[in-house]
Amino acid sequence: MKLLIRLWVLVGLLALQAGAHAAAPGDNVAVHELANGLRIIVKTDRRAPVVVNMVCYRIGSMDEHNGATGVAHVLEHMMFKGTRSLGPGEFSKLISAAGGRENAFTSRDYTAYFQTLQKSELPLSFRLEADRMSNLILSPEEFAKEIKVVMEERRLRTDDRPRAIVYERLIANALSAHPYRNPIIGWMSDLETLTVEDTRRFYEQWYAPNNVTLVVVGDVVPAEVFALAEKHFGAIPRKQLPPRKPQDEPPQLGIKRLTVKAPAEQPYLVMAYRVPRLEKPSEQWEPYALDMLESVLSGNSAARLPGTLVKADRVASSASAGYDGIGRGPAFFYLSGTPLAGRTVEELESGLRRELRRIIEEGVTREELDRVKAQALAAKVYERDSMFYQARQIGWMESIGLSYRDLDLYLEKLQLVTSDQVREVARKYLVDDQLTVAILDPQPLNGIKPRATPTAGARHGN
Amino acid sequence: MATRTTALVGGALLLLTVQLAHAILPIEHWRTANGAKVLFVANRGLPILDVSVDFPAGFGYDKPEKSGAAAMTNGLLRLGAGGLSEDEIARRLADVGASLGNRFENDFAGFSLRTLSDGKHRAPALDVMARVLNNPEFPASVIEREKVRLTGSLKEADLKPDTQASRLFYRLVYRDHPYALRDSGEVDTVSRLEQSDLETFYRTHYLAERAVVAIMGDVSRAEAEAIAEQLTRGLPRADGKSPALPVVSTLREGITRVVAHPATQSHILLGAPGIRRDDPDFFPIYVGNHVLGGGGFVSRITEEVRQKRGLAYSAYSYFSALKVRGPFIIGMQTRRDQADAALAVVRKTLRDFVDNGPTEAELKAAKQNIIGGFPMRIDSNRKIHGYLSFIGFYDLPLTYLEDFVGNVEKVTVNDVKSAFARQIDPARLVTVVVGADKDRSETAGVAR
Repeated sequence: MKLLIRLWVLVGLLALQAGAHAAAPGDNVAVHELANGLRIIVKTDRRAPVVVNMVCYRIGSMDEHNGATGVAHVLEHMMFKGTRSLGPGEFSKLISAAGGRENAFTSRDYTAYFQTLQKSELPLSFRLEADRMSNLILSPEEFAKEIKVVMEERRLRTDDRPRAIVYERLIANALSAHPYRNPIIGWMSDLETLTVEDTRRFYEQWYAPNNVTLVVVGDVVPAEVFALAEKHFGAIPRKQLPPRKPQDEPPQLGIKRLTVKAPAEQPYLVMAYRVPRLEKPSEQWEPYALDMLESVLSGNSAARLPGTLVKADRVASSASAGYDGIGRGPAFFYLSGTPLAGRTVEELESGLRRELRRIIEEGVTREELDRVKAQALAAKVYERDSMFYQARQIGWMESIGLSYRDLDLYLEKLQLVTSDQVREVARKYLVDDQLTVAILDPQPLNGIKPRATPTAGARHGN
Repeated sequence: MATRTTALVGGALLLLTVQLAHAILPIEHWRTANGAKVLFVANRGLPILDVSVDFPAGFGYDKPEKSGAAAMTNGLLRLGAGGLSEDEIARRLADVGASLGNRFENDFAGFSLRTLSDGKHRAPALDVMARVLNNPEFPASVIEREKVRLTGSLKEADLKPDTQASRLFYRLVYRDHPYALRDSGEVDTVSRLEQSDLETFYRTHYLAERAVVAIMGDVSRAEAEAIAEQLTRGLPRADGKSPALPVVSTLREGITRVVAHPATQSHILLGAPGIRRDDPDFFPIYVGNHVLGGGGFVSRITEEVRQKRGLAYSAYSYFSALKVRGPFIIGMQTRRDQADAALAVVRKTLRDFVDNGPTEAELKAAKQNIIGGFPMRIDSNRKIHGYLSFIGFYDLPLTYLEDFVGNVEKVTVNDVKSAFARQIDPARLVTVVVGADKDRSETAGVAR
């Protein structure tokens, strides 16, 4: 057997440069829009003869309706199940035979399909993506199998994972109106009653070139990519997209608390505060201050929460902060942790609150700010070592209504955050009236004693 | 439409000359003054430096009664060293945006550092890494705290069906071999570990002569030499023979264990001892497994279990090739009432594959994917660094990457078939199912 894949052996490598560093990011992005509304962003990265293609549909689980939660993600699975010209699974076979790696993901905000290939295979990737953008076959037989796969995915990722259930229920309780309250994978009851017609309706409404950002990162020439896109996607007609209803979350009017009982050894605590999200990157300062607050609290293992609660006070086994301010829907600032054995969730909660109070009263130090800024600057350089990561960042920003340019702006604005701004966002937003608290209350395994030492002919000591 | 581009030439031209002179990767290698092995690839394209130092000090070197000493030693090294407290270590790294990662597996343990390559950032980061490697302090109070944290998380993990399945699986596959031990140790062994256990493990296993230093990125050869010296200068020295891993014995019979657990899914693992990293069957097994269950959506196990029957979200097989025979594993999770059906499908799929091998078309497709995907194996500094450390630690030829495509391409259907016949007997597998109404146990082989 001889394979026609020898030539690249001479050229198929990371360019090992002996000279100066490559141009800084942001200097090598080109943007183009086809007549049918398909937007293309090309980032040139000539370090290796490789290309990442990411097709981002501006449609996610937040665009679903009650009773059909999970449909965006199920449709993502069905996108691999055949078109008018390809059988089920053939998409994956063709990409695989070209040496490619591929997959897809669905978020609350958007849905992305991606392939990484040798640069010469970009036309294949475009041809197949254009095909399933308009020619998908949604067969009841394939749907019947795939919906079972998705239910297994839900069992694996959520139903048998107590902490995943905590987050699912936390958000479902924290929000009343906004569809972020529903899990991306969908409620099991909705999956059980979802039909192939539901996926078809979703596909026909939302899968259109004017709802897509195509992101290409790699060793390519932008003009050639644009021409190739015109060739494969240019004839797909634009659609009138349904209106997107805002479904705004009404103001929270007081603290909410919930308990999740599930099999576990240790309790777990999550506190979620409603906070602003990034909407106008050049005008706002609060999202950057919240990001800074997150990093000051838990951006390294000596940061305030691990430093104080885990190491000094020994009240927590782990403690961290998180801010999810980049998205289409409501944002939260999270504090979470596990009490150290022998300590309680109440002690942990008061420890977390004490750390917030310290910041509101005393602010943060110059060293802490500088440390976070240095970490952010370095991370920006490290990103350039991954084409996939760069594509994902661009696709993410573009899909939530921001611009790839805001990635650089974000870093610049983070560098400007002051101690007073960090105090101010903590004082203004991390207040009880905006808080939802979820506690995992550990239960034994349905009365079945955990099998710490299975009886399996193991002879080694313990 | 807005279009702005900056041409990046230079790299591509240089690339060709580099290729012709040095084939795929111009790996430079030498030993430090005290005997550590160093592998180095320069790349001035990004202002980044990746450095790792590994030792044969993974949990394969643990003793059953001290299980967890290897992991805790690795974890404690960075929690107090060279006069710096754990917080000072963390802050000094964060101040320059560097990240120091622990590396811990069956065979090896060590650290990897990623830092910006200019001196202002690089020097403090390397200084911290050198202290961590050469002058660990193992503070007693930190050890006590970490023991409480670790035993808490071990107890947590022990409730989970996936943890239960994998612990039982490794015990049954490896019996009295150290690969049967839990990587992080057991609750009772960890509870008994003391400062002296960690100091002893460090002095016995973090030896200069057995260290492998891999350096990738934006430094010169002279700078790389100085870095390698700095990181290894104060390491313990070998005094006589170094510990080796025992040989893994073959399973004598098929064993099936079903374990009661209230989870909605059964977690299923099948397998047996597989291959060594230096096994002559490595490439036939690797390419063959791509067809069997390693090739993602297009492999047979995924096709049979997921695509045709919707029985699982994730179903796969792999061989972990280690210093001695690493595990061959087939894994999946399925709704508990379907466990027997899924198990039957997987067993039949494996038996067919071992009996008949892949078809010519399947083998060709697997090769096309592996060979066509080769550029993506080395398209970043991080990935190349991974190969450097791996080639160094497992004593692979420096031409491993040059030879890779040829080694894959020459594999035939018969090679795959005979390699699987040598390595895997479907009648003598360990099968573990966690997530059932009650326990069940069979030690008879599965009839062929």
